[in-house]
Amino acid sequence: MLRTVTLAAVAAMGLAGTAMAAESETLITDYDFPYEGPFGAFDQMQLQRGLQVYTEVCAACHGLQYVSYRNLHDEGGPGLPEDQVRAYAAQFETFDEDLDDYRPATPADKFPQSALPEAPDLSLMAKSRAGFHGPYGSGLNQLFKGMGGPEYIASLLTGYEEAPACAPEDFPGYYNVAFGAGGYPEQCIDEDGHHMAPGSWIAMPPPLLGDDVVYEDGHPATIEEEAKDVTAFMMWTAEPKMMARKQAGFTGVLFLGLLAVLLYLTNKRIWHRAKYGPRDE
Amino acid sequence: MSGIPHDHYEPKTGGERWLNNRLPVLGLLYDTLMIPTPKNLNWMWIWGIVLTFTLALQIVTGIVLVMHYTPHVDLAFASVEKIMRDVNGGFMLRYLHANGASLFFVAVYAHIFRSLYYGNYKSPREVTWIIGILMYLLMMGTAFMGYVLPWGQMSFHGTAVITGLFGAIPFVGEAIQTWLLGASAVGQPALNRFFSLHYLMPFILAGLTIVHIWAFHSTGNNNPTGVEVRRGSKEEAKRDTLPFWPYFVMKDLFALAIVLMIFFAIVGFMPNYLGHPDNYIEANPLATPAHIVPEWYFLPFYAILRAFTADVWVVMFANWISFGIIDAKFFGVIAMFGAIAVIALAPWLDTSSVRSGRYRPMFKWWFALLVVDFFVLMWGGAMPAEGIYPYISLIGAAYWFGYFLVILPLLGVIEKPLPMPATIEDDFNAHYDPKTGGTHTVVKPAE
Repeated sequence: MLRTVTLAAVAAMGLAGTAMAAESETLITDYDFPYEGPFGAFDQMQLQRGLQVYTEVCAACHGLQYVSYRNLHDEGGPGLPEDQVRAYAAQFETFDEDLDDYRPATPADKFPQSALPEAPDLSLMAKSRAGFHGPYGSGLNQLFKGMGGPEYIASLLTGYEEAPACAPEDFPGYYNVAFGAGGYPEQCIDEDGHHMAPGSWIAMPPPLLGDDVVYEDGHPATIEEEAKDVTAFMMWTAEPKMMARKQAGFTGVLFLGLLAVLLYLTNKRIWHRAKYGPRDE
Repeated sequence: MSGIPHDHYEPKTGGERWLNNRLPVLGLLYDTLMIPTPKNLNWMWIWGIVLTFTLALQIVTGIVLVMHYTPHVDLAFASVEKIMRDVNGGFMLRYLHANGASLFFVAVYAHIFRSLYYGNYKSPREVTWIIGILMYLLMMGTAFMGYVLPWGQMSFHGTAVITGLFGAIPFVGEAIQTWLLGASAVGQPALNRFFSLHYLMPFILAGLTIVHIWAFHSTGNNNPTGVEVRRGSKEEAKRDTLPFWPYFVMKDLFALAIVLMIFFAIVGFMPNYLGHPDNYIEANPLATPAHIVPEWYFLPFYAILRAFTADVWVVMFANWISFGIIDAKFFGVIAMFGAIAVIALAPWLDTSSVRSGRYRPMFKWWFALLVVDFFVLMWGGAMPAEGIYPYISLIGAAYWFGYFLVILPLLGVIEKPLPMPATIEDDFNAHYDPKTGGTHTVVKPAE
C-alpha cells in the first residue's frame, strides 16, 4: 500500500533567530520495504537487484567508500557467492600504494569513492537522510509508519516531474517534488513567501527512467521497482549489520523479560513477610 | 555509617576477623549493603540503581570503543564506520553507548524531579543535592564531548555553537573560547582534548557517585512521606525500615530489568531514532547544516538560551544598565546556566518545613506545572527560533525561574500543609492493610 504524505520541511535559521523562513513542502511516498519493523528482513534478491542498479547506473558518479567488496558475501546482505564477489571486484580498479599504480580490485578492497566531487558518497545515505521530515518534526512518521531515509531516497528517485509553469525555462537544475533543499525560483514564491509548488530544483539529472537495467530474475524494471531495489541496497550499505542487530535486540528483550519475571516473583516473596506478616508455611 | 541505629558488622570467622582488623572493608561493605532503608519507598526510588548501572555500562562499552576509535579529524568518522562494520559486535557496542547516553538522561531527569517533588533536597540532605547537581553538570559535559567524537556534521557544528556560547562572555569570551578549543576554530586540538576529557570525566563521575551515596547514607534516605525514620532506639528504627539487602536490591533489580527491556528494544529496533541523521555525514567545516539542534536531553536548556532575544524587556534593561556589556547572547548564556543554578539552590529557596509534596496541596499543582513546563521547553528547544516559538520558550523560561525564585519561597509562607502520618510505619501499614493477610491476625500454628 502506498500512501503519500505531505511533509513540511522548514528551512534556514540562525542561532540568534534572525534568518528568514523559507518553507518547502516535499512529497514523500511511504514505500513498503521488506526490512521494516522489528521482524523485517532484507530480501536477498532485492539487494542483488539493487546492486545491479547501483553498478550499472549510480556507480558512474557515486561511490561507496565505506563498503568492501567482500561485504557482498556477508550474511544478512546480498549474499553473493565468493567467486562472484571476486569477479565483481575485478571489474573495478583500485590504487595500490605499494605498487604505486592501479590494479584490479580484490574482495578485500573497498568500493571506489565518488567519481564526481559533487556527487555524495552513497554508503550512509539511507541513514543520513532519515530526518527528511525535518529536525523540527516530531519524528512520529518515523516512529509509527517506519518512514525514514529509504522512503525519502525512493521518493526522490521517482520524484522528477515537469517543472511548474511559473519557473523560468533556464532555471538551473531539475525539478523534483521530493527534494526540499535545492534552489527555488523567485517567480514560484507568492507574496506570503509560500512556495507554489512542492519540492525544489536538484543538481542531479534524473538517474532512472525505467528499464535502465535488465534484471536476471525477470523482475519488472519499472522506475518504481528500480528505485525501491536500489534504495533497499543503500539501506544495506548504510546498516549492513541490521539483521544481527535486530536479532540481538530480540534476544535481549526476551531474556530481560524472563529475568524481570523471575525478579518480580523473588521480590514479591521477599516482601510478603514485611507487608503481610509471616507466611503460613 | 548511617545516623539510624542499626546492627553493625560482627566478624564471624577467624579469617574475617584477621582481615577486618587490618582493613575494615568487610564492615564497610556490610554497613553499606545492610543500611536501614525506609520501608515505604515507592517506585520513583529506583532511578539511582538505573543511573549506577548506566554509568558502568557507558564506561565498559566506552573503554572497548576506544580500542577501535581514532581521534583524528581525517580518520575519526571512518574509524566509527569501521566499528559499525568490521569490529565484532561493534555496531552493538556503539548503539548501546550512544543510546546509553539517552537512558542516562531519562533516568537522571526522573531522579531529579522525584527529589524535587518529595523534598529530598531539604535539610539535612543539601550536600547530597549539591553533589547530585555537580554530577548532572559533569554528565552534560561528558555527553556533549562524546557527541563530538564521531566527527559528523552535527558533532562539528554543534561544537562550534556551544563553544561559541563562551565566546559571548564580554571582554574575555574570545580568549576563553580559543583556550577551550585549543585553536581559533573547531579542529584537531579540540577533538583531541574532548576525547581526553570524555574518557576522564566518567571516572570523576564514578568518584562523585561514591560521595553521593556516602552523603545520603549519612543522613538516611528521604521517603515519600518526608517523615524521618525514628532514631530513638534500634527497635524503633526497625519498625520504620528494612535493610537495603535483600528488600531494596531485589526491588531495584526488578525495575532495572524492566527499564533495560525498553532500552534493548530501542537499541535493537530503532537505534538511530533519538540521534540526528546529519551526524552520518562526515564533518565539513564549509557546509553548515540548515538546522543545528542539540540532542534531546539538552533541549530544555537550549530553549532557555534562545528565549531571551534582544527585544525582551529584561534583556533590554540588562543591556541598558550594563552600558551595553550584556547583550542578548550573553544574557541567554547567563539564563541557561542560571536555570541549572536555581535547581542547585532549591534547598535554600524552598521555605516550607514540610518535605513531601504529598502533604502540600498548593505545591502539588505548581510542581505539576513545572514538569509540563520542562516538556514544553524541550519542544521549544527543538523548534526553529522564529515566529511564535521564542515567545513560548520565553514563557516557559519565565515559569522555570518563577517556580524556583518566587513560588518556592512564597508557598512555604502561605500554604497550609495537610496532616502527615506520624511515622513511616503508619504510612506503610496504611498501604498494606493487615486484614488482607496481616501482621496482627496471623498466628503461627504450633508444629
